[in-house]
Amino acid sequence: MREGLSLVGVLVALSLGFGLLSETFLTSASLATIANQLPTALTLAVAMTLVLVAGEIDLSVGSVLAVSQGVLGVAMTQLGWSWPAAIAAGLTTGLLAGLVNGAIVVRWALPSFIVTLGMMEAARGGAYLVTGSRTQYIGADIEWLADISWLGLSAPFLAAVALVILAEVLLTRTVLGRQAIAIGTNEEAVRLAGIDTRRVKLTIFALAGLLAAVAGVMQVARLASADPNAGTGFELSAIAAAVIGGTRLMGGRGSAVNSSLGVVIMGVLATGLTQIGVQDPTKRLVTGGVIVLAVIADVYRQRWAGARQHAA
Amino acid sequence: MTDPGAVFVATGLEKRYDVPVLTGVDLDLRPGECHALVGENGAGKTTLVKILSGLTPASAGGMMLDGAAYRPRDRAEATSRGVRTVLQELVAVETLTVAESLFLERWPHRWGWIDRDALARESRPLLDRVGLQHLDPGQPMASLGIGQRQLVEIAAAVHRPCRLLLLDEPTAALTDAEAQRLFEVLADLQARGTALLYISHRLEEIRRLADRVTVLRDGRVVASEPIAAVSTDALIQLMVGRTVSEAITRTTPATDRPALQVRGLDAGPAVQDISFDVHWGEVLGFAGLVGAGRSETMRAVYGADDAHRGEVRIDGGEGGQRFASPGQAVEQGIAMLGEDRYRQGLLGTLPVRVNVALACLGRLARRLGWMDRTAEQTAVDALIRRLRVKCTSAEQPVDHLSGGNQQKSLIARWLLREPRILIFDEPTRGIDAGARAEVHQLVAGLADGGSAVLLVSSDLRELTTLSDRIAVLSKGRLVATFEGPDFDPEAIMTAAFSGHVAPHLTPPDHADHA
Repeated sequence: MREGLSLVGVLVALSLGFGLLSETFLTSASLATIANQLPTALTLAVAMTLVLVAGEIDLSVGSVLAVSQGVLGVAMTQLGWSWPAAIAAGLTTGLLAGLVNGAIVVRWALPSFIVTLGMMEAARGGAYLVTGSRTQYIGADIEWLADISWLGLSAPFLAAVALVILAEVLLTRTVLGRQAIAIGTNEEAVRLAGIDTRRVKLTIFALAGLLAAVAGVMQVARLASADPNAGTGFELSAIAAAVIGGTRLMGGRGSAVNSSLGVVIMGVLATGLTQIGVQDPTKRLVTGGVIVLAVIADVYRQRWAGARQHAA
Repeated sequence: MTDPGAVFVATGLEKRYDVPVLTGVDLDLRPGECHALVGENGAGKTTLVKILSGLTPASAGGMMLDGAAYRPRDRAEATSRGVRTVLQELVAVETLTVAESLFLERWPHRWGWIDRDALARESRPLLDRVGLQHLDPGQPMASLGIGQRQLVEIAAAVHRPCRLLLLDEPTAALTDAEAQRLFEVLADLQARGTALLYISHRLEEIRRLADRVTVLRDGRVVASEPIAAVSTDALIQLMVGRTVSEAITRTTPATDRPALQVRGLDAGPAVQDISFDVHWGEVLGFAGLVGAGRSETMRAVYGADDAHRGEVRIDGGEGGQRFASPGQAVEQGIAMLGEDRYRQGLLGTLPVRVNVALACLGRLARRLGWMDRTAEQTAVDALIRRLRVKCTSAEQPVDHLSGGNQQKSLIARWLLREPRILIFDEPTRGIDAGARAEVHQLVAGLADGGSAVLLVSSDLRELTTLSDRIAVLSKGRLVATFEGPDFDPEAIMTAAFSGHVAPHLTPPDHADHA
């Protein structure tokens, strides 16, 4: 909770700062730019948080996003499927990729870093194969999804917010979430407590794959096309957002809400820097610095909290 | 108070985090003396050792070593002044070999290359000295049992000039024979003028070894006397500030209905053809040397490790099967408290509540896996009260608790599950006299209530007090079973050694590493 508040504080400070430096930053147009890019990034950050909390990592989310939307695009443009069937096919693709990740990690007790690195390559290859390496233009048949809005908020954005809340509830209120956090803290202890850790990890990887596909659908709706190159590097942005949100890379600690605040902070930073005229190389340099600073700040925050609570 | 001949003097030492942990502690150690430091967990013993060994600075007070001011900034500085430490929680680097661990601070090297031959050569006498002559110096630390690791660490600590040796629970993980060997090493050091500061919960051991004893309670020195001047009962009273009874009374005798029947269990070299029965209402003790296969047997029964042959039958049920995972065992009403609570039990950074609830998440949930937070809170609070777990609240991270209270949290985890068969592997290792007595009462109470208990312990007195029968393992085989209530400790020890009568050669599976 305290952590969430400090993230909101950073966010407000950043927004005010950019608002002072640039006349256009605090306008609805620039806020809309940020909000438009959010659904995909939010959904991937949620997926990454779930996996990181369980002490694992999923480097394949960007590629799984691409192959899922490739399937969706081809189903609509070349096979002439209806949009619900095509979306279902896209989501199933993501779910299967996640299940494969999870099954391999669990069956051979392999580090997920390597397994999902493999899936990152493989799924990207799958995206090219499915689409024949060409962007599939779908147009109005799918674009209307992104145009639905309620109180000025787009449907994908609302869906992403709902997913953030669902994931937070999953982590804090359900048995599965509790088990994932416990596994991320001490997997052997959880196994010896009689819990089937393999089933939990498989479920988490499957969820991550499914969420990556959901993020893919959101992106297709916004761009009205499916691009096999989509999502390149998104896994790293998702990790960065989760870490800024205080998720522990070694597992055992993380919050979907805080990770999503991390996404918003990264988005504000990127848009704000562009608007005050910072060039892309400098922008990346600043963003990199912010990620590392966030982790350092977290170390101090923990130390401080630890010293307060210590009662040896 | 201070002795002019003292090698080490501390005056008015204080340490505070947000609460004071140590207050006004005076301590002086004479050359060649063994000075015992006792107190309940959380009394500040470990903090004091950390200050002396340079792991944490004192908040106030001063220390003198050999007449010069002593204020170590880190462990390396303490070591260079001749203050060496054997810590309670082992910090072995598992991928290093035994020889590399022995010389961790200064590997023999030539032009920046580690001199492997010199390393192996120089390791031999050190290992001989602590009775580990059969160990291959090239063996990885990970392959050693916890007792053997401790002896390696002790060997590493004492092979260099040593003015003051700090030992925090050095025998907690050792068998009686290994402890014996350690005492000889310590006596040798004392004869050469090293002062020992010796922390132990085993009071009979302290009585044998120590010249003087200092008692800490709530961070203050409540007594500092020659050991001969205080009785053991008086020591316990000083430590806890209340009377604790070591005697255990059982109210209900064991039944003859089998609760757990193990037949022909094989799991690697440590578990060979093990068969035994435990009855409802019975405590079956397991004695043996470190490495005899007691923990491995328990893990195989519980499904934590794969067994390749044998069967496990519950309550006279069907035979021909065994548990493929701990989950299956737990489902059948079995619980296991592992020997290493850090690795096998605790969720260190998470609250006590989460640690206690872990084995019961399904029962504390409503439909669709939705946690019932009220039910959880109520159940956990009740157990915290019942076991008297000392914590600020159920939300305190469990790694902020003392060892005894951490152990109680893990016992609470299982009691919440209400198992019918409980495996306790070294339940009182490294916990204080008060908590130890409480754990003993609890084990007896569970058996009286009709549960079956399997108790592994390296503390023979604990085994003989609590067990109805004691099974003895030696080198992976069950060699004898003794009937209580009057056990003959000597006969048990003889049985424990029986597997070792042949001249001890290097185990064949490690022979090629030399």
